Amino acid sequence: MDAIARFFRKVGFLIRRENFDSELEEEMLFHREQQAMNLQSEGMSREDAQHTARRRFGNDAHLREQSREVVSFGLESVFQDSRFTLRQLRKNPGFAITAVLMLTLGVAACLALFAFVDAALIKPLPYTDPNRLVAVYESAAVFPRSNLSWQDFLDWKKSQKVFTTFDVWTGAGFLFNTPSGVQPVMGARVSAGFFNTLGVMPTLGRDFRPGEDAPDAPHTGLITWAAWQQRFGGRSDIIGQVATLDGTPTTIVGVLPRDFHFALRGRADFWLPIQELNGCEKRRSCHNLYGVARLKDGVTVETALADMKSIAAELEKQYPDSNHGQGAAVITLSEAIVGDVRHIFLVLFCGAALLLLIACVNVANLLLVRAENRRREMAVRGALGASRGRLLLQWVTESLVLVLVGSAFGLAAAYGSMQLLLRLIPSDMLDNMPYLQDLSLNSRVLGFASLVALLAVIIFSLAPSLRLSSTQLRADLAEGGRSSAGTVWRRFGSNLVVVELAIAVVLLAGAGLITRSFYHLLHVPLGFAPDHLATLEIAAPEKTYAKPEQQVQLSRNLLAAVNVLPGTQSSALTSRLPISGNGNTTWIRIQGHPWNGEHNEVNEREVSSRYFATLKTRLISGRLFTESDRSASQQVIIINQALAKRYFPGEDPIGKVIGDTELDPKSLRHIVGVVDDIRESQLNEEIWPAVYYPFNQGPDTYFDIVVRTSQAEQALLPELVATVHKIDPNIGTRDPLTMKQIINNSPAAYIQRSAAYLVAGFALVALLLGVVGLYGVIAYSVSQRTREIGVRMALGAQRSSVYQLILKEAGLLTAFGVAAGLACSIAAATFMGKLLFGVRSWDLPTLAGVALLLGASALLASFIPARRAASVNPVEALRAE
Amino acid sequence: MTRKADLLPGTLDMLILKTLKRAPLHGYGIAFSIKTLSHDVLTVEEGSLYPALQRLLLQGWVKAEWKMTETNRRARYYRLTAAGRKQLSHELSQFDEIIAAITRVLQNA
Repeated sequence: MDAIARFFRKVGFLIRRENFDSELEEEMLFHREQQAMNLQSEGMSREDAQHTARRRFGNDAHLREQSREVVSFGLESVFQDSRFTLRQLRKNPGFAITAVLMLTLGVAACLALFAFVDAALIKPLPYTDPNRLVAVYESAAVFPRSNLSWQDFLDWKKSQKVFTTFDVWTGAGFLFNTPSGVQPVMGARVSAGFFNTLGVMPTLGRDFRPGEDAPDAPHTGLITWAAWQQRFGGRSDIIGQVATLDGTPTTIVGVLPRDFHFALRGRADFWLPIQELNGCEKRRSCHNLYGVARLKDGVTVETALADMKSIAAELEKQYPDSNHGQGAAVITLSEAIVGDVRHIFLVLFCGAALLLLIACVNVANLLLVRAENRRREMAVRGALGASRGRLLLQWVTESLVLVLVGSAFGLAAAYGSMQLLLRLIPSDMLDNMPYLQDLSLNSRVLGFASLVALLAVIIFSLAPSLRLSSTQLRADLAEGGRSSAGTVWRRFGSNLVVVELAIAVVLLAGAGLITRSFYHLLHVPLGFAPDHLATLEIAAPEKTYAKPEQQVQLSRNLLAAVNVLPGTQSSALTSRLPISGNGNTTWIRIQGHPWNGEHNEVNEREVSSRYFATLKTRLISGRLFTESDRSASQQVIIINQALAKRYFPGEDPIGKVIGDTELDPKSLRHIVGVVDDIRESQLNEEIWPAVYYPFNQGPDTYFDIVVRTSQAEQALLPELVATVHKIDPNIGTRDPLTMKQIINNSPAAYIQRSAAYLVAGFALVALLLGVVGLYGVIAYSVSQRTREIGVRMALGAQRSSVYQLILKEAGLLTAFGVAAGLACSIAAATFMGKLLFGVRSWDLPTLAGVALLLGASALLASFIPARRAASVNPVEALRAE
Repeated sequence: MTRKADLLPGTLDMLILKTLKRAPLHGYGIAFSIKTLSHDVLTVEEGSLYPALQRLLLQGWVKAEWKMTETNRRARYYRLTAAGRKQLSHELSQFDEIIAAITRVLQNA
């Protein structure tokens, strides 16, 4: 109680500090004047009286200071310590700069990655009560999470008992009429309750009303904030405007909130209700939708999954053909959104945290050495009456100053590197990670920074204060800080270096493994030659090119125009480019083979006649497509080797017939050729069986052009776009990319490459810090042992044995560090797990390489001090004592 | 100059409290009072009164207040609080014990 009252009185004094000083002064002045008056009345002259009064009063500045100290919080001593610290650091700029630089590096890396982790994993999604939202999928043998079919969705929605609301969405692209021509835009189609399920209210206008997804309802749409700003100039009368999408006038009824994003779709400017069902949505066997639902109170994800599974099982009985093997999958929406990136972010964050740790260890070691060198200072101050607490406070102040400066620089550097990293992410990738766009030094990041700083201060002040015991102080005073290094330093300092080296090994090994894995990824067999290929995505207006013949004619015109461009060697079309991922599948059944209702899921692509020649894909047997494969001629099909191996083992597939699950006569196609496995999948995924149809026998308005050129493919891209628009300015084009760009920016390659760069960067810094740390330790040890070495040499030790002495010390530390590091590396690599492709976690060449690199660097670092030790002049060494 | 006797450590606070027990006084009054009451034997280094007064204020044993003196000058008067009274009696009894102990030692030695 008393303490609290005292505290508040102190606060009172602090608040009235100005008053306090002036009142004290007035009071003292009054005292002296009274005294002087008194003395004068005793007969002293006025001048003498004043003089005597002042003398009797004492040193009034000192007394004021004393009075102030009584009521202060001891802050004065902190200021004093800080001033002293800054003076000390200025006197020893090498130490200060090194320590601050290391801290800045560590803090910056750690904070920047924490900001990413925060934006992706900690910050809640911009929906109402996002924890109650789930993503709902069907499941099939090859797709654990596959799309829902519209028909199945209607049945699921009707029968389910676990969701308050259940809606679906699917990605869509629209051709948007603008004054400057037609632009292809990204969008999505949703069931009318979609935004209600998410709990998102439009900022302007209104949400879809129930029933606005009926086929005969007027055409309405919502736009995102970004689309409102960029496509409509942020005009205030946006509600009620009519946008023409795919030739259909659509009334804009609402603008979504600024912070709204839906990562699963990536960028989507226009959100339209699912109204007219497309061909796919009319069939129960065609899956193109994703489910989003809100759990009822008290319902868990597991319960919901069980409910969906039982409904799926019912449907499987009811529709044995289309729903054979179709199960259900339910996961939280946040898992669906960040499940893939969580691991990589955590791995990178751990790497940065290790870097920070190594930096802290290094600084702690520096402080420890400094403490050794200041033993005498501390001992003298202790002897002059400084309490242990006061000495400790000095260390705490020093650490505080270092950490504050380091953290401030670190924060600035973290902000810079966050912006840099964001800019390095291609916009396509960023569209799929919209939560990264408001990456900032928010309160959580700042809180984390404070926590890191606090821990650092504790570690740094603990390290040197270990030796502040009173007996130690006395010994230090007696020793005068001259002779051999203290036992405390020997015990802690050298062990800290082992920790540093071990961490460096872990980071190096991690970097080595990711780099090797990245190399593997870039060298997977592609089944085609990726150089000199330019590609362009085409979206032709469906109203102009409604009939298949028109689509075929368009494709011929386009290819003919492209073929006359200078440098073109060959050109072709495909419904989907390689490396874009498994998907767009169909179910096949082979005529004459036993079939038990299973769904043989294979990739399906429509390609033009010169496709395989353009890609330089090897024909294994049979023939390629020709221009005479047209709609009127025999229906033909080319399969890849994976399909041949899986479904025609020991058989020649040429001439065999493939159809749909019911072997509908219209679906039957004759196999005319087998081609090498083109990597349709992501680089790190399996090759699936694939079928290729002639484009002419299954044309579309959406396709990609692929051109092989003898010139630089990059330069061809703008010409390609211009050529397409010359044929029809209303055709939308997207993503002019070279095949090399597609490969390098494919998610798998991108993630591996950025992880490799980042971890390699961390590892190099760690190696540098570790080696510098070792150098520091050995150099310090040598300086402390000069006398011992002098004695040894005076007694006849050879220079070579002095080398041996020092190198043995360094070698031992390095060996411990490397051994501990290798053990930890294997554990770390297991943690990296699925990030690695084609590399085992205990990849021997990598680990051996790392050990060798670190060993060599360590040897180099310890050679310099060893040389200094060996060149000690024994006479001088002994005299110096 | 008068003879000076060093105060026993820790007794200044007690003397101030005791002086204030009779009536509220300003700093000079306290110093004057201690000096006259001890027949000029105890002279505080007058300035050291003020850090001590701050200490007493902080402990809540005295309260301060600006008032006019008889000669119409502004001065800070210190007044003993209830807690100060308790502290004084506590210190006095402790002091008595110490003096008694010292006396016993001196008489028997």
